[in-house]
Amino acid sequence: MTTTKTPTGKGGPAGRSAGKGTATGAPLRSKILVTAILAVATCYFVLPVYWVFVAATKTTSDLFNTHGFLLGDTFALWGNIADVLTYHDGIFWRWTLNSVFYSVFGALLATLLAAAAGYALAKYDFRGRELVFGMVLGGVLVPAAATALPLYLLFSQIGLANTYWAVLLPSLISPFGLYLCRIYADASVPDSVIEAARLEGAGEGRIFFGLGLRMMAPALVTVFLFQLVGIWNNFFLPLVMLADEELYPITLGLVTWQSYQGRDIEMYMRVVTGSMLSVIPLIIAIIVLQRYWRGGMTAGAVKG
Amino acid sequence: MTTTTRPHSDPTRPERRSGPPPKRRFKAGALTPWGFLAPFLGLFVLCFVLPILYAVHQSFVQVRRHGLFGELDRESVFAGFGNYARALDQDAFVDSIGRVLLFGIIQVPVMLGFALALALLLESASAKWPGFFRAMYFMPYGVPGVVATLLWGFLYVPGLSPIVDVAGLVGIELDPLGDGTVLWSIANIITWLFIGYNMLILIAQLKTIPSELYESARIDGAGPFQLARHVQLPLIRPALVLTTIFSIIGTLQLFAEPQILAGFTATIDSAYTPNMAAYNSAFTDNDYNVAAAQSVIVALTAFVLSFGFLWSVNRKDRQR
Repeated sequence: MTTTKTPTGKGGPAGRSAGKGTATGAPLRSKILVTAILAVATCYFVLPVYWVFVAATKTTSDLFNTHGFLLGDTFALWGNIADVLTYHDGIFWRWTLNSVFYSVFGALLATLLAAAAGYALAKYDFRGRELVFGMVLGGVLVPAAATALPLYLLFSQIGLANTYWAVLLPSLISPFGLYLCRIYADASVPDSVIEAARLEGAGEGRIFFGLGLRMMAPALVTVFLFQLVGIWNNFFLPLVMLADEELYPITLGLVTWQSYQGRDIEMYMRVVTGSMLSVIPLIIAIIVLQRYWRGGMTAGAVKG
Repeated sequence: MTTTTRPHSDPTRPERRSGPPPKRRFKAGALTPWGFLAPFLGLFVLCFVLPILYAVHQSFVQVRRHGLFGELDRESVFAGFGNYARALDQDAFVDSIGRVLLFGIIQVPVMLGFALALALLLESASAKWPGFFRAMYFMPYGVPGVVATLLWGFLYVPGLSPIVDVAGLVGIELDPLGDGTVLWSIANIITWLFIGYNMLILIAQLKTIPSELYESARIDGAGPFQLARHVQLPLIRPALVLTTIFSIIGTLQLFAEPQILAGFTATIDSAYTPNMAAYNSAFTDNDYNVAAAQSVIVALTAFVLSFGFLWSVNRKDRQR
């Protein structure tokens, strides 16, 4: 990967938008048409989220008796939220904290491990390097669900099944993160800087923690975010590993509530309101942190 | 690599920094990279390699129980391909493979087609507020598949769904959870979740196209469609190949969405997808050996399809 220096210093996007600037003369008709298409597409993506925000304001009877896209007769949002947060001794809080713990702690450690491994693959020349890289990338192709079952059997033999570790440990491995870190370390940590640090007597660990990590920071944010979302959204692994409701993440908890819907009609509103509460944090994260989501996800795939 | 390190400056583990480091003028010793790799590789072996080996092993043995209720003794005996034969003997499992293949043949091209169209539109000069639209399309990626299925599930259930209501008003009878339609209702959930993600990968690659190429295409008088066909599409092929492979693997793994949608309708049985079948073999039938065989079959199918796709893409390249 070559780092083309653009005078603006902002890299690719700036270069493109400069090209775009000359083309703002695109005919008004096509502008309106394209923007209209984009707006219609937006409706599709927003529809279910809009529905859940509307539905969460309703009472159970309004949920079934008023039109889904319009507000109901009573505005019951606050009561619904209070009900979700206090139901069953506030188990929803517990699930939220578990989800936060699994995803934040897991993603942080996963990023650090991927950074160290990617840095080693990029900056050291050693036998077996390509073998290790190929093996880990091969891991991407193995369906995660195919490893979850045997992993459960292994973990139950060593007493790890149905513990926090059972969900946390497998979440610490991000083959995609390793891939991205290697590419990025290759491109952004110059050998000369490492050599200079060595000449000043810095140890290898210190060079990595002091220089390497800092220079790889933009890629690390991307790796962290993708791993965070991956763990937060995971369902199969906790489903297989956990039996104790106290250890559940939000996803598994909501599904448990959904399975009670048939017996208890009140559960409908709890599933709806709980779903609404659970999408808020990540939707905010996606929109606020938008610029970090594009950081060269396929930068390496370009050159194959 | 230079190997002029003196004996006393042999690599210490990277974390250890106590004492003044010996003056190392040359490249670190051969063990240093392994120190950086060790935590990742250790967990990789534990969570990827061992389970795969274990699954393969389990798929070739059978547990024999002795005593009236199997309480006396259990032993594992080699079963050859017996478990595979038993797995493929279940019609429901074979049907589930056919079902996800059909799903993939339709859903993957549709999803990637839309992702590509949105990426091209957003990167075209005609799009207003591309940042806003991009965020909106990517937003579903942050919604867990579980929650997305619950939301769409409510939008599918006849008594609740405003969509069914609205369609009824204009005279269309919708039954998203019916026998013939439910597979495509699942396809819609997956498409909704992942269009934005795939679009983002495609946009990242579109942004690597040098602006001079756009410039010269414009000078040659290329319209937006010719530009897409002759400049953009060929140059983002690697990203298209990548997203296709990810989608193939994802399709074979289908689990959460059908499993949860089954809570809304009886048209989804417990072996609707291969992974659901394996899950049920393991946890309902307590037959881990058949479950392992089913997992291996799923993984092998993913491998064959991914590499088959790569192979056909490369072959076409060579023919050009």
